[in-house]
Amino acid sequence: MLAIAARRLVSMLLIMFVISVLLFLFFEGDKLNLAARVLGPYSPMTGRLAWLEHNGYNRPLITRYLAWIYGFMRGDWNQSAQFDAPVFDFLLPRLKNTAILGACVFVLTVAISLVLGVFSGIAEASKRDRAITVISVLTTSVPEFASATFLVAIFVYWLDWLPGSSSFNNGFSWREMILPVATLVIYNFGYYTRMTRASMAEVMNSQYIRTAVLKGLPYHQVIIRHALRNALIAPFTVMILQLNYLLSGVVVTEVFFAYDGYGKALYDAAMFGDVYLILAGAMIAVVVAVVSQFISDVGYTQLNPRIRFS
Amino acid sequence: MARLKKFIAAVGLLRESPVGMIGVGLVLFWVVIALIVGVLPLRDPLAQSGGDLLKPALTLAKDGGHYWLGTDDRGRDILSRLFFGSRLVLFWSSLATVIAYSVGMLMGVTAGYRGGWWDEAISFIGNVFLAFPQMVLFIVILSQLGSDSPAGHWLAKMGFSATWVKGTTIVLAVMFATAPQVARIVRGLVLDLKTRDYVAAAEVRGEGALYIMLVELLPNARGPLIVDACLRLGYVTIAIAALGFLGLGLPPPDPDWGKMIADVRGFGALAANAMIWPALAISSLVLGLNLMADGLREIALRD
Repeated sequence: MLAIAARRLVSMLLIMFVISVLLFLFFEGDKLNLAARVLGPYSPMTGRLAWLEHNGYNRPLITRYLAWIYGFMRGDWNQSAQFDAPVFDFLLPRLKNTAILGACVFVLTVAISLVLGVFSGIAEASKRDRAITVISVLTTSVPEFASATFLVAIFVYWLDWLPGSSSFNNGFSWREMILPVATLVIYNFGYYTRMTRASMAEVMNSQYIRTAVLKGLPYHQVIIRHALRNALIAPFTVMILQLNYLLSGVVVTEVFFAYDGYGKALYDAAMFGDVYLILAGAMIAVVVAVVSQFISDVGYTQLNPRIRFS
Repeated sequence: MARLKKFIAAVGLLRESPVGMIGVGLVLFWVVIALIVGVLPLRDPLAQSGGDLLKPALTLAKDGGHYWLGTDDRGRDILSRLFFGSRLVLFWSSLATVIAYSVGMLMGVTAGYRGGWWDEAISFIGNVFLAFPQMVLFIVILSQLGSDSPAGHWLAKMGFSATWVKGTTIVLAVMFATAPQVARIVRGLVLDLKTRDYVAAAEVRGEGALYIMLVELLPNARGPLIVDACLRLGYVTIAIAALGFLGLGLPPPDPDWGKMIADVRGFGALAANAMIWPALAISSLVLGLNLMADGLREIALRD
């Protein structure tokens, strides 16, 4: 297990290294444009060159890269060109906002999809099963920006119940959380529901469930004691693995609702060509991806007695 | 000809799945619209009418006739923009999916069949791109490869229009994000298939690796791949429309569905009508693709 963790760590560092080098190279040709965006479209060329020189963008690529790595490891993530603030201080509150959003979405999605998936899977091909399947295909087919549009049209413009923007201008408010959370839950729960359903249906057809029923156990005990634990292994792994995809949807949703989080910060940074902010955002994404994959693998082996790390 | 007949027979099989048929119906609706939109009696999708801004559905136009679905913030007819937009959406998503799929299949079959260092290298490249959240990867690539980048200038100098320059970069971005996912699936399938006797037979016959990969392995992996391609086309459609929404899609004034929502979003309640139609259009197309994939899977499982 420790060996596996070490190997994952090495591969994570390697991926981070490759991605940061690629991003550095990728944005190198964009330096002058960046200065132009910072200083405005009518700034003189000499001013732009001076800005690049002053902020250290003109050092050789290798020096800049090594300096960045050294700083990154000590928590000095360099300066954001667009927001004129240290990247670390800028990103931290936004990461917190996204963590709140993500946690709400994750908890709700898991709860809804487990309940629906189990209810649908224990009675395969029943009317209830059909209805749940149709609903989950329907909701996964509606992209986030479309469902956000529908939600805003209904709850903001028509019923006038909720605010259409979640920028928290007057401090944190649950009312402003509802629409972004709903948007992400609606898009994501269908996939998990179908995973849970498939897994539950497979377990319900197995020999040991038939044995449990035939030996006279009450039905709810068969489900709770025998079926659930085995049925939830596969969906569990998938849900953790999907954290990375959740981050993808978060970008669109945050931009739509002006929610001041990691996704919107990264979107702004990429549109502006703000190299250091993008680098930091990408590094965080890699860590999330690799760690969630590791948790998913470990959880899988812990839950499933038939599989052990070799 | 024989292939065409086989294809029609396969589509005919879908008749046994009512869900799949609804999907085929939805997708066909948009395909037919995209094909015949030129001869439909529609208004010019780019014509602006200053007197008819953000009108609701079924409004009478000043010059006679109707705005069946209303107008947008520049007085353009939404119905005709939606219908002309279906061409762009279908063309670019299909092209992007086909290219991403081809690259992904080649990567996957090479990694799976060759194994060893090939596998290590290809899987690592895939992991690098999969470690990015997809949308972030898109934004980074597209924000830097736009029409005012060196690559964009070069393409423009070669005589490509702004739409083609942007479309090409979108296709590239989709390829980087999607091909590794396809490769992972294909690699898994090939690891299983390469232990079969017909592969051993081909090796004994002295066939080259390329022949075995392209003629023996890939065609035999097609079952699960067709279902996946259907779903994947849906995801790519969503991604491209989302890019349009974020302002990274095809350049104005092309009627891209995602951009149609973004264009009118700032007008508040007045724009509710103009926002809903493109959202419905994209949802119906993706729903059709997903239902089709479901139907195909249902039939594949039955045999």
